[in-house]
Amino acid sequence: MIQVFAKEFNSFLNSLIAYMVIGVFLTGIGLLMWVFPDTAVLDYGFADMDTLFSMGPYVFIFLIPAITMKSFAEEKKLGTLELLLTKPLSDWDVVFGKFLAAFALVLLVLAPTCIYYVSIYKLGNPQGNIDSAGVWGSYIGLSLLAMVFCAIGLLASSLTTNQIVSFILAAFLCFLIYTGFDSLATFGNNALLIKQLGILYHYDSLSKGLIDSRDVIYFISVTAFVLVITKTVIGSRQW
Amino acid sequence: MSLQVSNLTKIYGQQKAVNNISFEVQPGEIVGFLGPNGAGKSTTMKISTGYMPPTSGRVLVNGLDVTTQSLQVRKIMGYLPEHNPLYLDMYVHEYLHFVGKVFDLTNHYLKSRIAEIVSLCGLDREQNKKIEQLSKGFRQRVGLAQALIHNPQVLVLDEPTTGLDPNQILEIRKLIKEISASKTVLFSTHIMQEVQAICNRVIVINQGELVADAPVADLLKSQAQVQIIVEFDAPVDEQKLATLPGVQHLVMVTPNVYKLTTVQGADLRPEVFRFATEQNLSLVGLRQEQLSLEEIFRSLTAQTPAE
Repeated sequence: MIQVFAKEFNSFLNSLIAYMVIGVFLTGIGLLMWVFPDTAVLDYGFADMDTLFSMGPYVFIFLIPAITMKSFAEEKKLGTLELLLTKPLSDWDVVFGKFLAAFALVLLVLAPTCIYYVSIYKLGNPQGNIDSAGVWGSYIGLSLLAMVFCAIGLLASSLTTNQIVSFILAAFLCFLIYTGFDSLATFGNNALLIKQLGILYHYDSLSKGLIDSRDVIYFISVTAFVLVITKTVIGSRQW
Repeated sequence: MSLQVSNLTKIYGQQKAVNNISFEVQPGEIVGFLGPNGAGKSTTMKISTGYMPPTSGRVLVNGLDVTTQSLQVRKIMGYLPEHNPLYLDMYVHEYLHFVGKVFDLTNHYLKSRIAEIVSLCGLDREQNKKIEQLSKGFRQRVGLAQALIHNPQVLVLDEPTTGLDPNQILEIRKLIKEISASKTVLFSTHIMQEVQAICNRVIVINQGELVADAPVADLLKSQAQVQIIVEFDAPVDEQKLATLPGVQHLVMVTPNVYKLTTVQGADLRPEVFRFATEQNLSLVGLRQEQLSLEEIFRSLTAQTPAE
């Protein structure tokens, strides 16, 4: 597993993908956060990082499928998956290694935004007037959300040999699980139950700075569930 | 250290890709695996390497079952899949290092092993390049190098020489021969000279059925017919030539040159010589030809089993 992780992570860093993703994410979020007057924290007047945490998931809906779209689709197309799966690696090693590599890249993308926290912390009046617990809770929420998106991206990639199909499918599924259930909840009777199936409910709850084990378990179990499906898809050659 | 395939059957939907075939490959043997396109060669190889399970039957590698003890089998097996898939964006060293790590080789050993395998596969000059920069022949060597990095006991190569130029084919063949001294090698191809050049034994399959499994020399001898090419200096009475004792079939190749077919064992040459003297003709050429492996292959794989 560690070998697959290392290979995948290196291939991100050796290609343009990692730098593109980091560049696009930081430029986009940076502009929204500091420059565009509608969302910039400087004009807003409150020392918080809501812009990052409310826009972040939408940027991830596009960026994470872009990171994961080639992981299985390309290997299937080139035939290298056959090579990989006839080496002494279990299907889990391959799936989990690739998942970890994508997740690690997303964390790497997210890491520099800590500077925003420091800046706003310093800019606050009085200094340090920021809801630190809320910020760190949101960071954990955003990381967990990225984890689910990575798993979904891998699943989409395992279903096809076409990277574009993989990208669109992953972006759609991420969007659906992020806000879809919330919108759905406005129709039916069991509003709360349906809301709780989606990411937004749990993400909001973490943003308050309260790390509720139920939310964390939700993210981990959704990820695990999606990865199990991915592994099943990869293993379906055995049927 | 052997590869045993017994009663292997693979069914895709309605189609029987491989139908109840059994064979064995012993250590130190290079076995050529022949068959027309779509005969089931690659399917057999994919099953043998544990990529897919068989519908029924089983494959044993060193006594380990490929389906149930897959991970152990993969450790002692080197596999070069068809079309030689490679990670084109990796460097040669990086790629070999990755494959070596997958086989749990220690860093220290891996370093010397990569150097060894690079020179064995003739990659010295190309070793610092990206795989995508390499020509097809060198990519093929990288494919072989990755299959050999862990010094496998059993080597399965699926069409290792397809698409190479004649010089590269010769080099790859030489390489396979060199490295295979103590290994069990199963390798598929549809180039007959290749089989004659490096294999001890051939296995021929057609439409999923095993049609031949014999040493190359035996297969050549087993054919019932021998052909003789004769050339005279002047036109001949074809009727008389065709009625010589032992002649089964006569074809005119070019004017005055005839191809006579006879049964194995009978030697037509003295008869033809006598015939020439009787007819007052000079024999310009007389040559006995055994059916080539190519023709044997054609005759073995021509009959289509009843649908």
